[in-house]
Amino acid sequence: MNKLKILINGLIKENPVLVLVLGTCPTLATSTSVKNAVGMGLAATFVLVGSNIVISLLKKIIPDKVRIPCYIVVIATFVTIVSMLLQAFVEPIYNALGIFLPLIVVNCIILGRAEMFASKNSVFDSMLDGVGMGLGFTLALFLMSSLREIIGSGTWLGIQLYSGIQPMSILTLAPGGFFVFGCLVALVNYITNGKSRKKQKKGCAGCPSAAVCANAEKGECNA
Amino acid sequence: MDTKKLMVIAPSPHFRDKVTTTSVMRDVVIALLPALYASAYHFGTRALLLAAVCVISCVLFEALYNIVVGRKQTIGDLSAVVTGLLLAFNLPPMIPIYIAVVGCFVAIVIAKQLFGGIGQNFANPAILGRVVLLVSYSQAMTTWYIPHPAGRVVELVSGATPLGTLTSGGTLNLSYADMFLGIGKGGCIGEGCGLAIIIGFAYLLIRRIITPTIPVAFVATSMFFSLVLGQDPIAHLLTGGLLLGAVFMATDYSTSPVTEKGKLIFGIGCGFLTVIIRIFGSYPEGVSFAILLMNIVAPHIDRLTKTKAFGGVYDEK
Repeated sequence: MNKLKILINGLIKENPVLVLVLGTCPTLATSTSVKNAVGMGLAATFVLVGSNIVISLLKKIIPDKVRIPCYIVVIATFVTIVSMLLQAFVEPIYNALGIFLPLIVVNCIILGRAEMFASKNSVFDSMLDGVGMGLGFTLALFLMSSLREIIGSGTWLGIQLYSGIQPMSILTLAPGGFFVFGCLVALVNYITNGKSRKKQKKGCAGCPSAAVCANAEKGECNA
Repeated sequence: MDTKKLMVIAPSPHFRDKVTTTSVMRDVVIALLPALYASAYHFGTRALLLAAVCVISCVLFEALYNIVVGRKQTIGDLSAVVTGLLLAFNLPPMIPIYIAVVGCFVAIVIAKQLFGGIGQNFANPAILGRVVLLVSYSQAMTTWYIPHPAGRVVELVSGATPLGTLTSGGTLNLSYADMFLGIGKGGCIGEGCGLAIIIGFAYLLIRRIITPTIPVAFVATSMFFSLVLGQDPIAHLLTGGLLLGAVFMATDYSTSPVTEKGKLIFGIGCGFLTVIIRIFGSYPEGVSFAILLMNIVAPHIDRLTKTKAFGGVYDEK
């Protein structure tokens, strides 16, 4: 595969949040303000790149039967590193992200890319995939949190944007998160529809989760 | 050719009625007029302004959405007018106009059009609009004004609603007759006058737009449970949005069950949830949340109360 294509794949065409619908929980939870969302996105990107590289290096050593625990150990190592770094240098973000920082360990995007990509591809390609997917995650978080912060609290990156009109505070709450999430998924579907969707085959060949789906070989979802 | 006229083969329905979406919605608008008159009587021109703003912005949002996504124009079916009126009826009188417009946007674009337009919405648009506003602008949405006791208001005085007093354990100083007519009773503009709503209800029944199942089950259940929980059931009936919600919003076709048995379950669920939210919840009013929650389960109620086709047998599974 073309190197550049691997890198930009994660941005829109296979955006982990808006197309693959992975990592929804941290997305909804941390996108109430732009600062937290970008912090979360970059922390996850760091973990993703690191774990993709290491897992790709170890792909021939890791026994197939216990691969998931092995991946988790690798991912947890990087999460520990990133959370210690954040606590040491940017404590406000560390405090704001709270429980969601250690929970990067079980973020589906990272485990998903390890399983779908890093365990099958070369080290350099895996690193590019990690960067692309991580930036895609950060981009989705950035878009969502911008909308939620501007409409929901009237600020952007903490800067007061307007006064006189009350912000629509439901957007900073959970239901507002789902509203914005749904609208962005619809928007991305609309954008990609003309370009990629038409050529896509129906069934497992066109399914983004086919690589991790146990029933993909049988060619059906409810086998 | 003559043979063509003799034998026409067509799928059902074979009989057609003159009832159309437009005629149904027109009847609902007519049924809402007494309540509109009462709201203008109690809250003055402000109520009329609010109603006009909501109706116009709902119709505009629907028209604009249809133009933007290239869908067939549907504003002619008057459903946006009904949504606008109902949403306005669910707003306190002095709410800033832009908040009302935001509510119309949520009701029409998010609750209705994004799900596919009329008949496809999972929840009543006016209810969803109100709930989103209540959660977003809780202060503006719960700042109440008492209409002048003599009617024909010139100025509105801010104060608590009788329902707020009731559920927080205070005693009411209004007679049942005043509550029924909405005299000196704070609240949303359309819910004040019980008499006007009952006139509208009678009109809808006579025109056979709705069956009485949902409103009666809704009201009876909430009175029963408020009695069981030791509160004045008549005061619960006559204050807050219970009558308005039971008659006009719980009976929305696309968000309530189709079968009569289903409607009974739906009404009972609405009534029960209303009382639970009113007495134990942090918001004083529970009608809109109760209807919203029951809207979500309406398709399941329909599935569970499916009637047997003539000569058919139940699925053994």
